[in-house]
Amino acid sequence: MRQKKNLWWLPAIALFGFFPMWVSNPSYMAIAVLTLLYMACATSWNMFSGYSGYVALGSGVFYGVGAYTMALASTHWHMAPGAGMFWLVPLGGLAASAVALPIGWAALRVRRHTFVVITIATLFIFQNAAFNFSFTGGSAGIALPFIQWNASYYNVPFYYVALGILIFITVVSAVVRRSRFGLQLLAIRDDEDRALGLGVKVAAVKRAGFTMSAFTIGMAGAVYAMFLGQIYPQFAFDPFFDISIALMAFLGGLGTLTGPLLGALILEASQQYFTVSYPYLYLFLYGALFLIVIMFMPQGVVVFLRDRVTKKAEREKAAVASNEAAVAGVAS
Amino acid sequence: MNAIALLNAAKDGILTGSVYALMATGLTLIFGVMDIINVAQGILVILGAYLSYALSVHLGIDLFVGLLITIPTLFVVGVVIERVFMARLKGPEKTAMSILVTYAVSLLIEGTLNTVFSVNVVQLQASYVTRSFSIGGVHFGFIYVAGFVMAAVLLSALYFMLYRTRFGVSVRASLADQTSAALVGIDVRRVSTICFGIGVAVTAAGGMIYGSTNAFNASTSYDLISRLLTIIVLGGMGSLGGAMLAGVSMVFIGDVVGTVWSPVWSTMSYFVVLVVVLLVRPQGLFGKQSARVA
Repeated sequence: MRQKKNLWWLPAIALFGFFPMWVSNPSYMAIAVLTLLYMACATSWNMFSGYSGYVALGSGVFYGVGAYTMALASTHWHMAPGAGMFWLVPLGGLAASAVALPIGWAALRVRRHTFVVITIATLFIFQNAAFNFSFTGGSAGIALPFIQWNASYYNVPFYYVALGILIFITVVSAVVRRSRFGLQLLAIRDDEDRALGLGVKVAAVKRAGFTMSAFTIGMAGAVYAMFLGQIYPQFAFDPFFDISIALMAFLGGLGTLTGPLLGALILEASQQYFTVSYPYLYLFLYGALFLIVIMFMPQGVVVFLRDRVTKKAEREKAAVASNEAAVAGVAS
Repeated sequence: MNAIALLNAAKDGILTGSVYALMATGLTLIFGVMDIINVAQGILVILGAYLSYALSVHLGIDLFVGLLITIPTLFVVGVVIERVFMARLKGPEKTAMSILVTYAVSLLIEGTLNTVFSVNVVQLQASYVTRSFSIGGVHFGFIYVAGFVMAAVLLSALYFMLYRTRFGVSVRASLADQTSAALVGIDVRRVSTICFGIGVAVTAAGGMIYGSTNAFNASTSYDLISRLLTIIVLGGMGSLGGAMLAGVSMVFIGDVVGTVWSPVWSTMSYFVVLVVVLLVRPQGLFGKQSARVA
């Protein structure tokens, strides 16, 4: 029954696939590229934090490491500016995973609440390091090889690469959700001690999930660096990024597959809109929107809507049943 | 690098650290009693600083006298936040949700402050802010000493309240175990609301000192909150004594590192200390080895 219902992705892929053909305005396309990257990051974040209940607020580290990997590799290897640089995207993901290994080893030794705070601390360590090491260019940042694509066409390759990353992580996240590994992560969320008692190797599972989730965020960071053409420590290692992707997952529905996708779509698009339309008040509007959703739909939009639909179906079913009972009563 | 410079760094660490300890104590009190991580603490410090700023610039009220207005104001702000938002949080995801809700609250405040006060950095001014005296070659900035004295007084008052009053017994009982406290007849809801109010009220005092020793705007709060969170985790979340010791030692270590090596590494030293300590003691310096809670 579940398999039959889950065909939402077909029209979604079609819609996203043809989007650049309808919309040619470069500024809307730029928003679309960022939105896709955020959707991928939120899904990847959810694959670890949503499934396991370990809320990580330092994912900006992986985004930044991916971005710096792209910037450093492309400048040091004197790459020709252009589509060839996209080959470095998986390298950004690998670098992020490599960084996630020791962080996960240290940070996952502690309880959930402390884990949140340590992940925040790691972000500031990395941002500070990026400001102060000489190879990162300090506060001046790094300029990537300048890509001379036509302005009307510039965003399109990025759009499709971002879409590819998004599809990749959505499939991975769906596979993990249905796998034994995913069940182990969910068991950790529900009751870590009992999961341990039942033979789940909780430490190894958590570390593996954390490292896997870093990979896609690193790839997205690499695309982001290439898209901007210039990176600075405060953009690459951005505390707002951490909280944004967590919000997106919470807004849509933590631990669900479609939740982070929908949450990122709503939040990133509205944030871009608010930022442009209300440069001073946008934080206020963003915060208010966010509060309304948390207070009234604490389970997230997806779960809220799903409950609504199932409840309505149940009510109709109940109504039909009582009608039938009444009819039966009259007949007898 | 000489002995005097090191002595100066140590002195700055202790004087400034006490103010951080005060702000972090509010944060850890809220966490200990309610299992809520108040990420808005950073922006509330800035709100306190801006209130002092508005009072001194527009009404000409002295910074220290102004505290008589700003501390109760922020207490009320805290109570309102608790009643409107925090009281609704329940269930196993309470702590995680509290981070998000308080973050949203901090965005609301940040947006408002940006609109009202603009994003230009300001600093609190008063005749005594820049004044200093020296004892044996060590310079003491008046405002730093005043901050230290004020933090010491307020922390002592807090300690007196917690350990010498009936209300304090209720608070400590709620810190130890909320369910048991409720079972012996303590009104945990009321205790929570008042503790949230107190936890937020200390930011008015902290913000006044912070605002006169640093130039600030609303986005300075990110730096502040990351330091405050680091402090309470290092001290052990929910431990008041731990927050105080960690507050002083963090700034102390930061200042000494800044003097001995370079100021650019001083911020980073907090976080490195934190990671190292947690590898040895995952619950922090004085944290309870608590049961796994969802």
